[in-house]
Amino acid sequence: MKTNIEQDKLVIAGHQFQSRLFTGTGKFATSDLMSQSLVASQSELVTMALKRVDLINQSDDILTPLLENNMKLLPNTSGAKDAKDAVFAAHLTREALGTNWVKLEIHPDPKYLMPDPIETLKAAEALVKDGFVVLPYMHADPVLARQLEEVGCAAVMPLGAPIGSNKGLVSQDFLEIIIEQANVPVVIDAGIGAPSHAALAMELGADAVLVNTAMAVSPDPIAMAKAFALSVESGRLAYQAGLGAVNQQAIATSPLTSFLD
Amino acid sequence: MSGFEQVLARYEWDQQQQRIEACTETQVVRAINRAAQAKKLSLDDFQALISPAAEPYLEHMAKVSQQLTQQRFGKTMLLYVPLYLSNMCSNICTYCGFSMEHKIRRTTLTMEQLAEEAQAIKELGFDHILLVTGESERKVGMAYFEQAIKLLKQYFNHISMEVQPLDTDEYRRLSELGVESILVYQETYHREKYAKYHLKGKKSDFDYRLATPERVGEAGINKVGIGCLLGLEDWRTDAFHVAMQLTYLEKKYWKMRFSLSFPRLRPCEGTAEINSPMTDRQLVQLICAYRLFNPQVELSLSTRESALFRDNMLALGVTTMSAGSKTQPGGYASDDSNLEQFSIDDNRSVAQVAQAITDKGYQVVWKDWQQGLNT
Repeated sequence: MKTNIEQDKLVIAGHQFQSRLFTGTGKFATSDLMSQSLVASQSELVTMALKRVDLINQSDDILTPLLENNMKLLPNTSGAKDAKDAVFAAHLTREALGTNWVKLEIHPDPKYLMPDPIETLKAAEALVKDGFVVLPYMHADPVLARQLEEVGCAAVMPLGAPIGSNKGLVSQDFLEIIIEQANVPVVIDAGIGAPSHAALAMELGADAVLVNTAMAVSPDPIAMAKAFALSVESGRLAYQAGLGAVNQQAIATSPLTSFLD
Repeated sequence: MSGFEQVLARYEWDQQQQRIEACTETQVVRAINRAAQAKKLSLDDFQALISPAAEPYLEHMAKVSQQLTQQRFGKTMLLYVPLYLSNMCSNICTYCGFSMEHKIRRTTLTMEQLAEEAQAIKELGFDHILLVTGESERKVGMAYFEQAIKLLKQYFNHISMEVQPLDTDEYRRLSELGVESILVYQETYHREKYAKYHLKGKKSDFDYRLATPERVGEAGINKVGIGCLLGLEDWRTDAFHVAMQLTYLEKKYWKMRFSLSFPRLRPCEGTAEINSPMTDRQLVQLICAYRLFNPQVELSLSTRESALFRDNMLALGVTTMSAGSKTQPGGYASDDSNLEQFSIDDNRSVAQVAQAITDKGYQVVWKDWQQGLNT
C-alpha cells in the first residue's frame, strides 16, 4: 500500500479536516434545506459571501445555521473587483466573525466571474502579510499557482469550469500540472456539476473540492450532498489505491524487439 | 454621437419590426434548443423568441428559463423597495403621473422626512433601496442627492437610483458617495415617437438619454438597469432594442453588471390611452426570452404587476422584486396616496410578499451587498 489510508487527513494551515468536500451557502431555497444539506455533505469548511451576511446582528438565514452546526467558516470576498476591495472585505469579516481564514475571490467580470490573476496575487500577498490564511480562487494557471504559493497562500483553488456552470473539469490538463507541482493543498473549485466530476478531481490527486451550485440547485439537495460526500471519498480512495493506466490497444507479441530473444 | 447611437442608426424601426414578425417556428425551436444546451444566443435568436412564431412554445421557453435562472441565481429572490424623494418635475411626458402639467401637490422630502422614511423602510427589513424622483434639476439636483445619499448610507448597504440622466462627472461623484446602481429606461427606442411622448423638458432629448448607460459605465458605477416602457410602441421592436443595447454595453463595459426591467404602462393621473397593450402571456414570453438570451442578467419585476402574476413569475426568470412599494414621497412614514406616480397593482404588505416567495420554495434575500466594496 502506498500510503496509510486510515491516516489520510487533509491539513490546511495547521487545521485538520476529516472531509475533503468543502461547500458553500449560495442558491439554496431555504435556510433549513441549506443546513440539512451541509450536514449531509459532512463538510467541515463552508464558504459564504460577506456581502450576503448580516455582519452586525450575525443572526440571519446563513450565519445562524452555520454557527449552530459548528462549521468552520470560510468567508469569501465575492463582489470584490480588485485587490483593494478584497483586502477591505477580508478585514471586515475578520473583525466581525473572528476568523482569519478567507477565500479570496476577485472577479471584475460579473458575467462569467472569471478570477483576476493580477489583483488576486496582489491581494494574496497583502493578506498573508496581515496574518490571514488565504485560499485564493484562481484560473487553472500553473504559473499563477506557484506564485500564489510563493507569497504564502495556505492552499490554491483553481477552477474546473466557470462558477455555477456545472461543466465539470474543463481545465483538466492544467489542473493536473498544478497538482503535480503544488506544495500546498489544491482545492478544485467551481464548475463541478456532478459527483462523477468530484470523483475525477479526487482521482487526479486534488486534495479537496468545493461544491455549491450542483447541490443547492438539485431537486433534492440533501441526497445530492450525500452523493458528493461519497464520490469525494471514493475518488480519494481510488487515488491512494493507485489507478491503472488506460491501454488503448492490447499489447501483442513484440515484433519490434523480438530480435532480442 | 454616442457609441450606441451609432449602432441604433443602422436599424430602421419598421424594417426591424417586420423582421421580428417574419420569424419562423424553425428559428424559434433552434433558439430554445441552443439555450437549453447552455449555448450563447445571438440577437437573431432573441428576435425569434419574442416573435409571434414563439407563442406556441411558451411552455418550453418557461422551462428553460426556469432552469437557467435557478442555475445562476438559485432559488432566491432579492427584495428591494423604491423610495420616492420628490415628485417635482419639469418634464411633460404624456404617460406619467408626475408630468409637469398635472395639478397635483408637489413635494420634496426634507432631510428630516427622509430620515423618518429610511427608518420606516429599515423596519420593514430592506437593505436594498431604489431612490426615485421626477426631474427637477434646481430643487432635486446633485446637491440634494449628495445630502440624501450620505444620510441613507447610515441605513442601507445597497442604494440604486432612478432619477434624471446626469453627466459623467456627476455619476462619478455618485459612485464615490456609494451609489451602486443606476436605472434609466429609454421608454421607447422609436426616435420619432419618443418626441411625441416627451413634449417638454430635458427628457425630450432622446440622444442624451440613450447615451446615459454609457456615461454611467464611464463613471465606473457598478450596475446599470435598462428597459423600455411596454405599451408605448410595438413591444417586440422596443424589447429587441433593449437586447441590442445590453449586448453593446456588455462588450464595452466588461466590469459592469446589468439588470433589465419590463414596466408595462399603467393608468395614472391624466394619462393618454395605452397605444400598444401587452398581454400577460406576451410579458411572460418577453421575460423568458430575455432569460434565454442572457442567463446572467438580473431581471426585475415591480409592483406594477398583480400579485398573481408576480407569484407565478418568480420561478420563471425574475431575480429581483420590489415589495410593499409606495410611489409617493413620504409614503412609508405616512400614507397619502394623492401624490403617487402611478397606482400599483400588487398592494400586499412586504411580509405577505415574502411569505408568498417562501411558499413557492424560494428564499428571500434582503442583503446582497456590503457598503465599502467598489469605493
